[in-house]
Amino acid sequence: MTIADAGSGLSWNVVGDVRHALDYAFMVNALRAGTVVAVMAAAIGWFMVLRRQSFAGHTIAVVGFPGAAGATLVGVSALVGYFGFCVLAALVISMVPRSGGRAFSAENAVTGTVQAVLLAFGFLFVSLYRGDLNGVDALLFGSFLGVTPTQVVTLFFVALGALGALAVMARPLLFASVDPDVARARGVPVGALSTAFLVLLGLAAAEASQITGSLLVFALLVMPAATAQRLTPRPALALALAVAVAMMVTWLALMAAFYSPYPIGFWVTTLAFAAYVSAGALAGHRRRRARPPAVTS
Amino acid sequence: MTGAALGAVALAQAHGLGGLFAQSFMRNAFVAGTSIAAASGLVGYFVVLRSQVFTGDALSHVAFTGALAALAFGVDVRLGLFVATIGVGILMGTLGPRGRADDVVVGSVFAWVLGLGVLFLSVFTASKSTGNGTAGVSVLFGSVFGLSAGQAWVAAAVGLGVAGAVVVIARPLLFASIDPAVAEARGVPVVLLGLGFLALVGASAAEATEAVGSLLLLGLLAAPAGAAMQLTTRPFGALALSGGLAVAEMWAGLFTSYAVPSLPPSFCVIAVAAVVYLGVLLGTGGRRRRGRRAPGDGATGARRRGAPYDGNPRTASSSVR
Repeated sequence: MTIADAGSGLSWNVVGDVRHALDYAFMVNALRAGTVVAVMAAAIGWFMVLRRQSFAGHTIAVVGFPGAAGATLVGVSALVGYFGFCVLAALVISMVPRSGGRAFSAENAVTGTVQAVLLAFGFLFVSLYRGDLNGVDALLFGSFLGVTPTQVVTLFFVALGALGALAVMARPLLFASVDPDVARARGVPVGALSTAFLVLLGLAAAEASQITGSLLVFALLVMPAATAQRLTPRPALALALAVAVAMMVTWLALMAAFYSPYPIGFWVTTLAFAAYVSAGALAGHRRRRARPPAVTS
Repeated sequence: MTGAALGAVALAQAHGLGGLFAQSFMRNAFVAGTSIAAASGLVGYFVVLRSQVFTGDALSHVAFTGALAALAFGVDVRLGLFVATIGVGILMGTLGPRGRADDVVVGSVFAWVLGLGVLFLSVFTASKSTGNGTAGVSVLFGSVFGLSAGQAWVAAAVGLGVAGAVVVIARPLLFASIDPAVAEARGVPVVLLGLGFLALVGASAAEATEAVGSLLLLGLLAAPAGAAMQLTTRPFGALALSGGLAVAEMWAGLFTSYAVPSLPPSFCVIAVAAVVYLGVLLGTGGRRRRGRRAPGDGATGARRRGAPYDGNPRTASSSVR
């Protein structure tokens, strides 16, 4: 186990490559932050996919962009902007009355409009800032440079709190997600759970934005969860699998981004999508070998 | 639509804004913007009706990747835009059951495609040493004031084509959207219509990218349609209203941006659209609540809620697979 030649590129010695990358403090911070984010995003994302709220999750994540841009404009940390705006967006979305089914069209029109107008505000803030326009790309598509140790600590404690809350409400939330009508009849506070979950989703989206940027949050929020759900119908196993997939994707993407000229956003989405597609292929293969009727999603 | 644009010119001159159209960039923006807005408004009505806002969103982001891929490979941006959006639109239609793509599938494909766009962006900015660092920004947020006369007229022609196609297929598409099962039984080619419609969404997304940018065009698809559907329950009235609102909002946004130069035009257009939608929601909210008891209203509400498309993707997927 020799350390790869310092300063050289990728070699066949995997351990050496990893050590070489870890010689840089920013990579250590990025890996720490990435791990925290991956665990939280995958766990909350699993419930999100189950509840078919991908669109809401995407909108909440996108809201992080004006949040971060606005925070930069007024001179506050971008992290404050991410968290503030994402949670606010979650609360707003939870207040939109859901008349009818989950795919009710007015709800989608509202969510879509909210998303567009917030992106427009982000653009406005950036153009008012008149600073480096390349910063837009980092906010939208992620960057693993410049994660500070303080940020890692903040990310860690927010994730801890959110996962604790999720653990407390996991069982009733699962019930309410799978069969809201029966759950409501059995006295489960479906509405309150839905609001609380959206707030957690806001926190998860804000955290994931740190690594993937506002627009690519799906890579950590949806794809690991969807991958896991394609592989197993059992909730606990799927949850663990989603977390594992998200962590692998994040670590590999960070390493790939370190050793290649291509951005982290590209790697994280490509690896996550590869996992999703191969899980689909595997599930299809398994289903063909098993009995004809099969449970999906 | 040129008639309408001329109307706007007359209107503007009447209000003492004649100097506005002396500027060629403003003329081009109006020519392109009007037709793009009309196409987006008409397509957007069906997007909202069919609960495909998410698909429209995904397609708009595909436009980003298409444009940057074209830039990275040195091809005409327009070619990249149309090939990417129409191609992915049809692809998503075939992936999802019955020509309606599933949320998670759309989201995953969309995130990956966007990731590819980032790759092309970095390839493009790295290869061009002269450095067009704002290429990504102008694709994302549009540059309607930067259109040349030629680009504007092509945009107008494409927008008119899309709008015309929507009007032509409006009747069967409406039937297929509201009650796919019955429509299919009556011989309406539901799947084909779904695919064709997604291709139209793709074309209008590609076109709107030039005006308001790939990230903001969702506002142009969703807001006028949402407002129109609040204002009237009659399908064709809402369709026309949606198109009209989109055009009016585009004009108002362009005027505002011209009057206040520090506000980017795409921001103004989307902000106006959102304000109109918000106003309509607030204005009709009370009326709706009071009118809920009306028997006719209750019947349509029940029908809409019980419409097969609401649960159809799920039942269809479990029976197909």
